[in-house]
Amino acid sequence: MFYRENGQFKTSYAEDQALLSIRQDRWFIWLVLVVAFVVVPLFASEYLFKAILIPFLILALAAIGLNLLVGYCGQISLGTGAFMMVGAYSAYNLAVRVPDLNILLVFVLAGLITTVAGMLFGIPSLRIKGLYLAVATLAAQFFMDWLFSRVKWFTNDSPSGSVTAPAITFFGATWDSPTEKYLLVLAIAVLFALIAKNLVRSNIGRSWMATRDMDVAAEIIGIRPVYAKLSAFAVSSFFVGIAGALWAFVHLGSWEPLAFDINRSFSMIFMVIIGGLGSILGSFLGAAFIVVLPLLLNQVPHWLGIPISTATASHLEFMIFGALIIFFLIVEPHGLARLWAIAKEKLRIWPFPH
Amino acid sequence: MKTLLKSAVLASAVCATLAPAVASAQAKEQFVPVLVYRTGTYSPNGVPWANGFVDYLKLVNERDGGINGVKITYEECETGYATDRGVECYERLKAKGPTGATGFNPLSTGITFALTEKVAADKIPLFTTGYGRSESADGSVFKWNFPLMGTYWTAADILVQHVAKKGSLKGKKIALVYHDSPFGKEPIPVLEEHAKKHGFELLKLPVTHPGVEQKATWLQVRQQRPDYVFLWGWGVMNSAAIREAINVSYPRLQMYGVWWSAAEPDTLPAEMAAKGYNGLAMQHSNENSAGVHKDMIKFLHDKGKGTGDKKEVGNVLYNRGMLSAMLLVESVRQGQTKFGKKPLTGEQVRWGAENLNIDAARIKALGLDGIMQPLKTSCLDHEGARKARIHTWDGTTWSYTSDWYEGDNKFLRPMVEAQAKKYAAEKKIEQRDCKKES
Repeated sequence: MFYRENGQFKTSYAEDQALLSIRQDRWFIWLVLVVAFVVVPLFASEYLFKAILIPFLILALAAIGLNLLVGYCGQISLGTGAFMMVGAYSAYNLAVRVPDLNILLVFVLAGLITTVAGMLFGIPSLRIKGLYLAVATLAAQFFMDWLFSRVKWFTNDSPSGSVTAPAITFFGATWDSPTEKYLLVLAIAVLFALIAKNLVRSNIGRSWMATRDMDVAAEIIGIRPVYAKLSAFAVSSFFVGIAGALWAFVHLGSWEPLAFDINRSFSMIFMVIIGGLGSILGSFLGAAFIVVLPLLLNQVPHWLGIPISTATASHLEFMIFGALIIFFLIVEPHGLARLWAIAKEKLRIWPFPH
Repeated sequence: MKTLLKSAVLASAVCATLAPAVASAQAKEQFVPVLVYRTGTYSPNGVPWANGFVDYLKLVNERDGGINGVKITYEECETGYATDRGVECYERLKAKGPTGATGFNPLSTGITFALTEKVAADKIPLFTTGYGRSESADGSVFKWNFPLMGTYWTAADILVQHVAKKGSLKGKKIALVYHDSPFGKEPIPVLEEHAKKHGFELLKLPVTHPGVEQKATWLQVRQQRPDYVFLWGWGVMNSAAIREAINVSYPRLQMYGVWWSAAEPDTLPAEMAAKGYNGLAMQHSNENSAGVHKDMIKFLHDKGKGTGDKKEVGNVLYNRGMLSAMLLVESVRQGQTKFGKKPLTGEQVRWGAENLNIDAARIKALGLDGIMQPLKTSCLDHEGARKARIHTWDGTTWSYTSDWYEGDNKFLRPMVEAQAKKYAAEKKIEQRDCKKES
């Protein structure tokens, strides 16, 4: 009833090509943006910013990057943690060795360095696919782990191998309050979500999807697989690299390679699968599911005033979280984004389904 | 098993979240956040530590009615030894209670690194009793860090002192089997300096987290036949290392664990086979009949208010958790002498921690005689004491097999200061002038 496109006519090509073709969707997105940029900074607590919103946004950005590769181009990668690590350490080295460089430029350069690394490890995708490719990208994980924990130059000869990010300063101001950090991360995440959304509707995005659906057919209709696959690796790594730099600089502050270990790669893959392969919205939903849900589950007994021990609460968290993953995958194998789409479909004809 | 106290804490915490202004404005309570890991691969070692820590807080409430009348409240948060969860726990607990968190004991070097800048911004002291970053002993740069009772650099120095006593180290080989994380890498600079000084060869053998799989590492030990193996492990890595040492029949007598690799959970799985395995005793070992232990039994465990098993009271890691809590409580007590007998803010507790002076008389009054040596902190020295002994596993229990050693500060201090200066330059921190402050 409320969600109907009746009476909305498209009278120009620009309207026909709009990112969101239905008016209600546009309103909804504007509403979300206003809430995120204005209402949340006014009311959220420091805990909400630092422990929930900032990690959620950064991992959502990384999930978008991974989704471009896995969901849109069909190339499975288990090296997300490694590429985040490349982004984090490149940003660290740039910031420490070239102290006058604008930090935003540092993030972009870190993204570009990660792009190069991603393309290098993407070369095997030209010959192998599926699970074999996953194993090849796993090599990136182990190689980067080794590189950043053994080669002292990358950690500026820190005796413990743990490095500390310098403060985030640009345009003459230090961005260190939780609200400022949140706004910075939010702006970057929104910008990149917009870029990704437009990329996948463009020529290049369509060539990725064609490659994903059937690479032989794509080649026959004139898509160069080398170009499609490597560009997917490049763009994905760029996103992931920037997310890695943000994760290190904004969220952790101090880190060691363990912060980007194989578990990080796995949790990124889970985010993309649970959120929905081939969906930008799904990346956000998946990140929320993986980042926020365990924290909520951990605190629910406490909020309800149920006196159970820390260990029990922690075990319950693992059990319920695991059960929920299975539940969602059974109910909707295409991810949370698909559930969202179904809900919109239903809403369209509600309350008269027939 | 749930105590009245705990439910009171929970209830008050719930009230605090629902109506912060009403519940906590007037309460005469000191809130202590307790970061623990009771699950995961590090839990065999994390649980006794956490139980000792919480038991001591309970004991102060039950026996003394709090710290000079200020009741201690606390809340546990599970970190699972993971840095990101540790940071989340920190954010969750830092502002609780009428005056905010008293001080954090993260029990993880990785979390310590991540929290070092955060505590400075939030003005909360960070207590890392026997762990953390070694250069933070220099209080003029690390104003908020307190690696009390010894750092890893002190530990490495004492281990070398001990083996050097058994005969010249010239031309010998020492292998460091370490947890491949900031924790395990901490002693490397000191051992490298010592290798130069004494003329021994240092083999560095990293073990990846969590350290269950060590076959390759111990194969190297078998090939290289080092004269000594220093074990820098934590959690299941320790028991796995001892098992592998038995498999490649490396003599346990030549193995020395740091104080985090020398407790019951590490040697019990191998029992008699681990006989002869040595470890550093960070002042205390497994004493269980000091005054404080009798009080633990009398006030808590006999009344069913203990946190863990009664038999666990006095285990190595239980004692360590207890001492960590004691140092936090004593810092509050010391702070109260300056700021009055009321709940203190983190900043006030920090002053207390920097002016700790636990002398022999105070140790006796605390019921800790025989467990710890005097400890005195200052603006320059946030470590307070640098003493340790060696204890050895005899198949059933740990017992001391050496005299007291003291970390050689003439050797260590220049390294600490150099590293602290480097940190200060990197982070653009202005060094405090300790002469003016004291």
